[in-house]
Amino acid sequence: MLQALTILFSAAITGNIVLTKFLGMCPYLSVSRRIKTAAGLGWAVVFVVTGTAILNWLVYTYVLVPLQLEFLRFILFIIMIAAFVQLVEMVIERYSPVLYQNLGIFLPLITVNCAILGVSLFMVIREYTLAQTVAFGLGSGLGWMLAIVAMAGIREKLKPDRIPKGLQGPGITLIIVGLMALAFIGFTGVLGG
Amino acid sequence: MNGPQQKTGVKALAVEGLWTNNPVFGQVLGICSTLAVTNRVLNTLVMCGALALTLSLSSLTISLLRNWTPRRIRMMVETLVIASYVIVVDIVLQAYWPDMSRSLGPYVGLIITNCIVMGRAEACASANPPGRAFLDGLFNGLGYSFVLLLVAVPRELLGMGTLLGAPMPFFAGPHWDPWVILVMPPGAFFMLGIAVWFFRSRMERS
Repeated sequence: MLQALTILFSAAITGNIVLTKFLGMCPYLSVSRRIKTAAGLGWAVVFVVTGTAILNWLVYTYVLVPLQLEFLRFILFIIMIAAFVQLVEMVIERYSPVLYQNLGIFLPLITVNCAILGVSLFMVIREYTLAQTVAFGLGSGLGWMLAIVAMAGIREKLKPDRIPKGLQGPGITLIIVGLMALAFIGFTGVLGG
Repeated sequence: MNGPQQKTGVKALAVEGLWTNNPVFGQVLGICSTLAVTNRVLNTLVMCGALALTLSLSSLTISLLRNWTPRRIRMMVETLVIASYVIVVDIVLQAYWPDMSRSLGPYVGLIITNCIVMGRAEACASANPPGRAFLDGLFNGLGYSFVLLLVAVPRELLGMGTLLGAPMPFFAGPHWDPWVILVMPPGAFFMLGIAVWFFRSRMERS
């Protein structure tokens, strides 16, 4: 239990998936203009990344490993992620129109988010158990959401400021991401690594 | 984006991929998988090679298949083509260069979700003849590699005092205090931010 908590904490803060692993950068830079949309996308990522990590763990451990087809994992993971996102979209649309209005538009974006595939690949390389995978998926998702909401907050405040022309947009955003990464890495050692 | 009918030579394609329409400066897309390995120049070279190879070959294949691919499942077909090439690259690396494969970790596999590969497949390869699609992929891959090398060289040189793993005269000596922050993840963001700033202001002027 303690070990799972450590994994969750380090995936969310000190090993933050976007600030230290550089995954999910594209939506991170392009959808971080307003807090509300950033939070919507963030929750969708938390949900999908945890769900697909568990599914991919099950498929990898019980199908690919016994058949010795581990090299097919890239294709399989991508198909599982696409199918999961499609399914979630249909279920939400049918049972909760309110949730669909808030999260629905973000779901198609998620299939091509490298953070989702990245979490599944890290889980295979680090040889996590199922409980550890759940903690890792959840922690990564929460960390990604925390980072994008914080970034959206900073960018909203930044709007009236005068910034040199070449630095506007991606330039200044990348430098802010760097400063934020420094702050997150500063927590290293708090929970025994 | 150029229309399929527009006749442009190899040179124009090169200028577009490397400079005017450079995938990194324009949109800052697709840096996810490669930025992570820019703390060593050698890793960056291998990763960029893998990306350029996947990008050009998958563009070629998608272009060859473009007349037989039903529109509705186009994205799925494109993803599968890209994933097949990535698997080939990954297996070759594992077999012939296991150390490199281990130090690149999951990032080779993540080429599949690189926005540039999918973006070029959609924007160019699905509507252009094979030769043009191949060159477009190749030059976009090279344009991408040159930006990432610009990030990687200062990171390794100033942060560790080496270049391609070999100690450099002044920077490995006692007079140089390594800038450790450049080797850590924030260094990559700072370097890329500065590179984007520099090139965008240059482009603005010209």
